[in-house]
Amino acid sequence: MKILVMVKRVSDPNVTIRVNADNSDVDLNNVKMALNPFCEIAVEEAVRLKEAGIASEIIALSIGSSQSQEQLRTALAIGADRALLIESDTALEPLIVAKLAAKVIEEEQPGLVLLGKQSIDTDNSQTGQMLASITGWSQGTFASKLEINGDKINITREVDSGLQTICLNMPAVVTCDLRLNEPRYASLPNIMKAKRKPLVTKAAEEYGVDLAPRIRTLKVETPNIRQGGEILSSVAELVEKLKTEKGVI
Amino acid sequence: MSILIIAEHDNSSLKEITLTTVTAASLIGGDIDVLVVGEGCTGAAEAAALISGVNRVRVADHACYNGQLAENVAALIQSLANDYSHIMAPATANGKSILPRVAAALDVSHFSDIIGVESADTFKRTLYAGNAIATVQSSDNIKVMTVRGTAFALAEKKGSAPVESLTQVHDLGLSAFISEALAVSERPELTSASIVISGGRGMQNGDNFSMLEKVADKLGAAVGASRAAVDAGFVPNDMQVGQTGKIVAPDLYIAVGISGAIQHLAGMKDSKVIVAINKDPDAPIFQIADYGLVADLFDAVPELEQAL
Ligand SMILES: Cc1cc2nc3c(=O)[nH]c(=O)nc-3n(C[C@H](O)[C@H](O)[C@H](O)COP(=O)(O)OP(=O)(O)OC[C@H]3O[C@@H](n4cnc5c(N)ncnc54)[C@H](O)[C@@H]3O)c2cc1C
Repeated sequence: MKILVMVKRVSDPNVTIRVNADNSDVDLNNVKMALNPFCEIAVEEAVRLKEAGIASEIIALSIGSSQSQEQLRTALAIGADRALLIESDTALEPLIVAKLAAKVIEEEQPGLVLLGKQSIDTDNSQTGQMLASITGWSQGTFASKLEINGDKINITREVDSGLQTICLNMPAVVTCDLRLNEPRYASLPNIMKAKRKPLVTKAAEEYGVDLAPRIRTLKVETPNIRQGGEILSSVAELVEKLKTEKGVI
Repeated sequence: MSILIIAEHDNSSLKEITLTTVTAASLIGGDIDVLVVGEGCTGAAEAAALISGVNRVRVADHACYNGQLAENVAALIQSLANDYSHIMAPATANGKSILPRVAAALDVSHFSDIIGVESADTFKRTLYAGNAIATVQSSDNIKVMTVRGTAFALAEKKGSAPVESLTQVHDLGLSAFISEALAVSERPELTSASIVISGGRGMQNGDNFSMLEKVADKLGAAVGASRAAVDAGFVPNDMQVGQTGKIVAPDLYIAVGISGAIQHLAGMKDSKVIVAINKDPDAPIFQIADYGLVADLFDAVPELEQAL
């Protein structure tokens, strides 16, 4: 079984992002970029399935700018076998990303698609669900455990009130949550090896998908920044303030 | 305009977050229908009928909707979609899982976790763990979105909407519900509690959370946690507050042994009053806390419990 794993280039999670001066977008100039942490978990899971003899080949797919090659190389260093970049200079909406990915699925016929549950830049959490919808496949979102039995896959999902386990027919789309696994660090030899693994680039226009945006961003603003208050000297003072000054207890 | 809201419920009762989505919908205007999908969900449907401003409750009650399987529920919603200009759901695990699937099936875009309604086609939402707020406009004929519970007030419960049963069944057979391991707690729900006390890595282990539970019980509070505390196995995943956990905005949030990473702040910085208890005076949490105690939590928390 082939696994398709989707990866996205995003700002490093440790960097605080600021809005640009004309309020048109955030300012990503000179910001450190990284592989979206949830995508990293997806790649790790795919590699574990290959190591367990369940997957035969792992294809990493990124849809984004040409610099996304860096993140694809990271996926290859973790253990993906080959990579495909669908290049677009403008940021594409999740619906369009999902439509492009569906075209790749037609070509590659994977048995399983793994993605992150959300990307930490736009915080959308849409692409996996949309891809499952377009392909007509089953979906398992927010997975913290997965178990493949023949042509079925059991997914344990992190839901609001705890954990839910469902069984999906394969092929399936699964989006990965934080506690599915702890991604390995790519070793230096594997980073070197990744440089020689195949990475194919295609233009988004080649796929016959309408790339026109449906959403217009009218402005981007900085939220109200909370100011720090006072450092108190005792628990008694805290209780007093919460009672009398704020009236919250 | 005509709006369909997907109710969040556990079959027997309606989750309060549904009421905030009704408020968001009322800012758009037009008729509001509430869809209750589940198995044995009469109780939830009756509760939905009481929400002020609701025009009609539509109920799909069938075994194939047990566990809110996304494939079946999305197919059902898709079959109803043409009657509506907007389809909305609370930004819960269910809403987030189901509505993007519906949007793609309708070939329309989707807005996740909106925090403001500007007009019928323009909404506000956060990006980058809450470090930016975007105003976004959709050109699609049907607007599909999830709504952040903490951003809107609760609708009142003085209504009496008619309840209509939907008979067509959408069982795609792609997935099956197996089991659920649900947290049982006498305490209020994290996302609707007026006081939340959360513990982080500083708690050291799961047993120590009982110190927070004692304070919570005196205050009628819910107990939350940072990702580090969940990852370390101190407490279950449903307690995680943050960018990728639950978003809370209680009247009082007490952060204990939590450093204040941006991903945690994203889930709680809209709380009215924030208290931080941390032994490190340089912990970033103090920069946003109204009141800080630089103290060892193993002294301060029992003392707090005694003082209440
Ligand atoms: C993709 C991604 C998503 C994430 N999502 C979330 C999320 O949703 N929610 C979330 O919370 N985090 C999230 N994080 C993790 C986040 O970046 C931080 O790592 C995490 O919040 C840290 O948790 P903490 O504050 O409990 O631990 P630490 O940062 O280790 O802080 C522990 C604090 O406890 C204090 N302390 C220790 N002992 C004591 C004592 N005896 N008395 C008093 N104070 C003490 C220390 O001074 C320290 O400040 C995410 C990270 C990534 C990359």
